[in-house]
Amino acid sequence: MPVFNQSRSNIIRLIFGAVFLVIFAQLFNLQIFSSKYKKMAQENALFPKRIYPSRGIIYDRNGKAILNNTIMYDLMVTPSQVKNIDTGYFCELLGIDTAEFRNRMFDARYKNGPFRPTIFEDLLPPDLYAKLEENLWRFPGFNLQERPIRVYPFNAAAHIMGYVGEVDSNTIKRYNYGYQLGDYVGRSGLEQSYERVLMGRRGIEFWIKDNKNRLVGHYENKSSDTAAIAGKNLRTYLDIDLQQLAEKLLSGKVGAIVAIEPKTGGIIAMASGPDFDPNDLTGPDKQKNYAKLALDVSAPLLNRAIKGLFAPGSTYKPLGALIGLDEHIITPASGYPCLGVYYGCPHPVKCDEHNPGHAANLRLAIAHSCNSFFSNTLRLEIDNPEYRSARKGLTKWKEYLNAFGLGHRIGVDLPSEDGGLIPDTSVYDKEYHDQWNSCTMVGGGLGIGQDKMSVTPLQMANAMCIIANKGYFYIPHLVEKIDGVSTDSSLLSRYLQKHEVLTHIADDVYEVVMSGMQDVVEIGTARVARIPGIDMCAKTGTAQNRLVLDNKAVYLPNNSMFVCFAPRENPKIAIAVVIQNAGYGATWAAPIGSLLVEKYLNDTLRPGRVAEVNRIAGTNLMPKYLVRVQFKTDSIRAAEWARQTGDSTRWLKYQDPVFRRVSLDTFHLNNAQPVQLKTPVMKPKEIPTIVPPDSVTN
Amino acid sequence: MTQRTTITKGIDRSLIWLWFILCTIGVMSIFAATYREGENVLQGFISLKTDYSRQSLFFIIGGIIGIFILLTDSKFFTATANLWYAFGIVLLLLVFPFHTNIKGTKSIIRFGSAFQIQPVDMCKIFVNLALAKYLSRIETDFARPRSQLIAAVIALVPAMISIMQNETGLALVYFSFFLVMFREGLPSSVLIIGASLAVLVVATLLVEPNTLALVLTGIAGLAIYIVRKQIKRHKNVLYLIISIWVVCVGVQRFAVPFVFDHVFQPYQVKRIYDLIGKDYVPKSEAAALEIERQLQSGTKKKGGSDNYNVKQSKIAIGSGGVIGKGLLKGTQTRYDFVPEQRTDFIFCTIGEGFGFVGSVIFLAIYLLLLMRVVTIAERQRSVFSRCYAYGVASVFFFHIIINVCMTIGLAPVIGIPLPFVSYGGTSLLTFTVMLFILVRLDADRQMVLR
Repeated sequence: MPVFNQSRSNIIRLIFGAVFLVIFAQLFNLQIFSSKYKKMAQENALFPKRIYPSRGIIYDRNGKAILNNTIMYDLMVTPSQVKNIDTGYFCELLGIDTAEFRNRMFDARYKNGPFRPTIFEDLLPPDLYAKLEENLWRFPGFNLQERPIRVYPFNAAAHIMGYVGEVDSNTIKRYNYGYQLGDYVGRSGLEQSYERVLMGRRGIEFWIKDNKNRLVGHYENKSSDTAAIAGKNLRTYLDIDLQQLAEKLLSGKVGAIVAIEPKTGGIIAMASGPDFDPNDLTGPDKQKNYAKLALDVSAPLLNRAIKGLFAPGSTYKPLGALIGLDEHIITPASGYPCLGVYYGCPHPVKCDEHNPGHAANLRLAIAHSCNSFFSNTLRLEIDNPEYRSARKGLTKWKEYLNAFGLGHRIGVDLPSEDGGLIPDTSVYDKEYHDQWNSCTMVGGGLGIGQDKMSVTPLQMANAMCIIANKGYFYIPHLVEKIDGVSTDSSLLSRYLQKHEVLTHIADDVYEVVMSGMQDVVEIGTARVARIPGIDMCAKTGTAQNRLVLDNKAVYLPNNSMFVCFAPRENPKIAIAVVIQNAGYGATWAAPIGSLLVEKYLNDTLRPGRVAEVNRIAGTNLMPKYLVRVQFKTDSIRAAEWARQTGDSTRWLKYQDPVFRRVSLDTFHLNNAQPVQLKTPVMKPKEIPTIVPPDSVTN
Repeated sequence: MTQRTTITKGIDRSLIWLWFILCTIGVMSIFAATYREGENVLQGFISLKTDYSRQSLFFIIGGIIGIFILLTDSKFFTATANLWYAFGIVLLLLVFPFHTNIKGTKSIIRFGSAFQIQPVDMCKIFVNLALAKYLSRIETDFARPRSQLIAAVIALVPAMISIMQNETGLALVYFSFFLVMFREGLPSSVLIIGASLAVLVVATLLVEPNTLALVLTGIAGLAIYIVRKQIKRHKNVLYLIISIWVVCVGVQRFAVPFVFDHVFQPYQVKRIYDLIGKDYVPKSEAAALEIERQLQSGTKKKGGSDNYNVKQSKIAIGSGGVIGKGLLKGTQTRYDFVPEQRTDFIFCTIGEGFGFVGSVIFLAIYLLLLMRVVTIAERQRSVFSRCYAYGVASVFFFHIIINVCMTIGLAPVIGIPLPFVSYGGTSLLTFTVMLFILVRLDADRQMVLR
């Protein structure tokens, strides 16, 4: 049999070989050349599960936990496993309707797919949790997942602690701590400042997932997993009892209290009014509560102890004296023949005391808070012959105050502190076109803590520490130590540094200033603050202020201020109290300061003093103009809402004359005519501007 | 004892060994693809509920059938070839009234709940026998176009029927018999024209229509310029070139779009576009809806989105690296990322588990098998056996390259199994029977069979 075409067998072999070579080449390309498939396979099949450590706990000076961690539960749903459940009963338990149920199920499917658990309802209230746990077996596909959250057993120190919230994209970019969306991060207060130690270290467990994103097991027997390390605890100087008392005394008031331990700079208490319950920002209603706080014009979220700016008024006077003493311009024997007015400058400054000899020496001048004496002292400091020019004198004076921690951020371990203002030459150059001298400032009231000067309550308390310590201070701070971190770490080392700011004053000269301040309590304006058995040095202050509201200047009640330290020998506490628009310093601020000193030093209050606490706590001193401002911002927002959504029901409420009368009924301001009411119009929001107080008494 | 010598006499042991090795690899791969942690392996094998145990059962059944085939007289196959072919066609036609709709294909007949056959799969053996029978007839002069046409009809009738049963992939297999015809003297021009047509179709898909038309015109012009002297002598050359040009442009402008729009199912068009990396935009709203409908109802054969399949398959194979992750260590194939991985995408398991080295060795076994079959074919005295052997080589070759190329993204997704390895009883038995008939015929290679 002849075999035709036998050569074609070789062609066929060739074709086979060639095609297989092509396949080998592609395999080489896929398996050896390109590395992307390995990565894609990992992304496909590995799920790095984050294990959250518990955040560090914050303790007060006596070891009581100011905040703690607790477990709340999220209700999770895996949509694909939800089958044959009694939807009606389920909705009844949760208090939602079936339409909402369907919506949420749809969202869950949409967000995470049907095979992965998604949050159905987060942070269940305890009673709901109990009900659900009992009935969970009825609802396949639903389960409860632990979620650690913060609790505040004392309901106190909200501003200091701050709160924890989901990390935003800015924070992720700014800090290289490896945050991912959905992580929790300290958003203010100590939670933010000490985020690095509080957060601990996240662990990662690698899980293998299948094609439907279900986790099916550990990857390589956990060999590449990292364990979570719990956050470190903070030990603070805070005395939670004193803190609670301070907050109680501030209720119904706008103001701030700061108490510092002079020897260490440790902050014993720091309160700001109005405040809020820190537990409001952790539980299930945190969004709602936060919105409510954020929209309140009295700004309860604002920590006025570090962000409130006030003219120090008469509380500045001891500092003015110290500068003069350090520069050797005045001596304890210096006096000023004041008869009620300071006539040294073209613009006279009034003084409350008229008796001749009330400022015969430094001690008397401080005790009687003589405006003439301190105006004169400021002039002497600025026109100091040693510097031969007012510019240099002012610069030197500012340097002193800056060294005292005024006019710049003092560096407390809380975020977003304000620095206040101590004016320098450029401020006056700008306003007076270079035509100014020492009388310009005295006329404005700079010598008595007014004019362009503004400070925070924290700075005022710190200034008291300088006097109490006779010339030095430590930067005020809250955290004494961090468990497991040495105190000279970068976080805490700057608080161990002693700031010697007055070096030319002998101790006996300090004694004169202190005696003057003690006289304030014994015989002067702050007699109400006297505590038997405690030598307290103090100074009151009262500052007028006004406000532009509806294009009218409105005079508001005075700011009531009080600074003190006690005991005189070996001081243990220095306090600054500011109550906004409350009246004289001696009326509200001084009793509050006195109660805090007594509570702290004696650990308890005398029987009659408890009634005093309740009287003060029960008095509402909220400035009346806030009602008007609140009405305005709310109605503008309602109008804006109506413009954007077409839903005018909220806006119309503000048009109703009855509602307007009721809402604005409390608007009585002493010096203002009843304001002509305008219809709320859609125009840029008017922000009430606070005009610096222009005169001072006391 | 004497009987045993007659069975084993003249038998090519290398083929038996290759068959055994490939089937073993098949069972192992299916095990790797479907085994889940915590299963009792022994129980899994005994219970016959797992895919790997069923495959092993079919492996054993295949061996028994193989022994029966080896016991059969070789003349039986030549004598009954046409009968088998007729039987196969009847079986194929029976599918129309009796088919069960599974995963969109209409080519399966079910008996009870457990047993099912796919005639189009088995028909390969019958076609191979009938074609060999026809080509080996003394009357057949394969140089005549009429004989070539008849041979083509024998091969393509089952293909047409199976296309009607929505089983395009398996229909394509029948085109591989052209390789047999090529060996038996089909003019090279047929293959060249076929290859040119394929190039043209691919070019149509890849190149913008007007550009391609211009290029074709340019080529035609160039050809006329080159052969201008011959044209002066024979006008016919000019007409030939012009008619080729007309056919090419016609194919490119009209035939391909027509076939894509009216002959192929929309999902098939989409698969082809997926392969070349283009987005398929259905011409009509109806076509878009059809794709959507097929996706929804699973009418489209096998698996989820094709693009997804191929992507996952490439990831699985690509992540194998040089030596692979090891048996049962592949994350892609272990956790169902590759759909259909125990059947059409079984090669992923080998690619991921054993890497480049393992894949090349595995494919080398196939190449060895193919080369061996070609060698055996060439040593046959009878044309029947030679044609049959080439038929076996062609069908195996087609299955292997289309399947492997599909998993590594070189061919569109056509659901045809990998011989001896993919899960599936019909497929395993079909290939086994084909191979054992070859072994039987080869044992009688000194005989002249007609």
